[in-house]
Amino acid sequence: MNNAIALKSILTKEIQRFLRIWVQTLVPPAITISLYFVIFGTLIGSRIGEMGGFDYMSFIVPGLIMMTVITNSYSNVASSFFSAKWQRNIEEMLVAPVPNWVIVAGYVGGGMARGILVGLIVTTVSLLFVDIKIHNVWVIIATVSLTSATFALGGLINAIFANSFDDISIIPTFVLTPLTYLGGVFYSISLLPDFWQGVSQINPIVYMVNAFRYGFLGISDVNIVTAFLVIGFFITTLFTIAMVLISKGIGLRS
Amino acid sequence: MSHALEINSLKKTYKGGFQALKGIDLTVEKGDFFALLGPNGAGKSTTIGVITSLVNKSQGQVKVFGYDIDSDLEKAKSFIGLVPQEFNFNQFEPLMHILVNQAGYYGVERKVAIERAEKYLKKLELWDKRNDAARMLSGGMKRRLMIARALMHEPQILILDEPTAGVDIEVRRAMWDFLRELNRQGITIILTTHYLEEAEMLCRNIAIINDGEIVENTSMKALLAQLDGETFVLDLSPHDKEVTLKDINYRVNDDHTLEVDLNKNQNLNPIFQQLTEQNINVLSMRNKSNRLEALFVNLVSKKEPKTTSNKQAS
Repeated sequence: MNNAIALKSILTKEIQRFLRIWVQTLVPPAITISLYFVIFGTLIGSRIGEMGGFDYMSFIVPGLIMMTVITNSYSNVASSFFSAKWQRNIEEMLVAPVPNWVIVAGYVGGGMARGILVGLIVTTVSLLFVDIKIHNVWVIIATVSLTSATFALGGLINAIFANSFDDISIIPTFVLTPLTYLGGVFYSISLLPDFWQGVSQINPIVYMVNAFRYGFLGISDVNIVTAFLVIGFFITTLFTIAMVLISKGIGLRS
Repeated sequence: MSHALEINSLKKTYKGGFQALKGIDLTVEKGDFFALLGPNGAGKSTTIGVITSLVNKSQGQVKVFGYDIDSDLEKAKSFIGLVPQEFNFNQFEPLMHILVNQAGYYGVERKVAIERAEKYLKKLELWDKRNDAARMLSGGMKRRLMIARALMHEPQILILDEPTAGVDIEVRRAMWDFLRELNRQGITIILTTHYLEEAEMLCRNIAIINDGEIVENTSMKALLAQLDGETFVLDLSPHDKEVTLKDINYRVNDDHTLEVDLNKNQNLNPIFQQLTEQNINVLSMRNKSNRLEALFVNLVSKKEPKTTSNKQAS
């Protein structure tokens, strides 16, 4: 019961934080996604024609939503947890009888909340440009939940190791963005030469984007079961790493 | 019967080799108002850090109300309220959010937490600021906010690390009254401070830590009894004749100020008697220096801290 209240408190604190700065957290993704739709969908997309049996705009919508979810889940936890370290208000939790798993779950839950809320905003914006079909709503819900949890965990681990604000922008810039752009958001990996198709198989975002696209359009470049196994593997691994780091007090306790 | 706090052979060596604590033993009884004093870098904050689990100890045992922090950390933590030296709340968060969320970390229901937040914000004169971001508060208000936050789960032991640093005298005195009230309600209070007057006025027992070791651990009364003597400054009424005092070591500073040195076997009565015989009235009287300060300087200077190139904050 106490742990449930503590978890709810961390979640509340995290949600209050990103809602308090909504101009920085909720508005930019809506603007960015509108620009993507205008440029890649309307202007360039109309010349590309069909992809995977769907017009280009419909094809990229799930990928763009997933890209936004990934970015926001990651950056929410990375910046919030690092700020808590930097301002030392993480000590509020460390001195309290809050189990480590509750701290991890609370921050990850906060990252998921922002990722999913921004995903909903972006989905709403996309309705202005394209009709969205839903093939399997459960696949959509499962994929978006697990993917946001995976990247929220990634953001948490990044923040645990970070010593400066620069350190929480390096991974998103040099790892996350390239992986996302090369993760099949804008194209079907079946269009790539065999070698690059093979390389794409080691990019976890390919599985997430394709599982999500399957939920909307019913098409995927990868097997859906494999996609969920890959996501499950990453979530388990990252959760274990985050728990070990928090338990040892890495970057938190001297 | 368990103590409020029991520390045995506590050692802490930081990465880089600096030994902040060299095996300290300390016991604080339930309901005590306890002062932990020491110069900068002596190990006070490290000790508090270990008790509150913000610092990993290297060796030794810490028990809070009988619960060992190695085996019952969460239970031990639930007894403690911490007011740290540095402001460590989210500067952008409103006061109410800070307090209610903090209570939640201890499992306090939201409804109860809101009632307690109102109680402590009103008590500490912060109620009008409840919806303001913490960064908008003055230094004194921020200190009071940290005290309110530490009380949200109604702890049995309150640890205050320099709670009145940088606070004006009026606010400081109000905080003293509040801390006395909490202690009367049964809360054990451990205080570190640089204001020795504060420790002398508030605390019943005292430990002095220097260079990672406890150099004194006794009652305030017993410690003050160690004083060999005291110097008093007397303000005198206007008089024509020169002041003379028999069997008293004294100095005439000016026409109306007298300094007298008393050893611990002497009392003030002969001085008043002799001045009265000379038709001189004592208008006011004060200690020349803080009594505890003299002892403190003496105790910590007996053993000079070793100098080290990578010394970390205590």
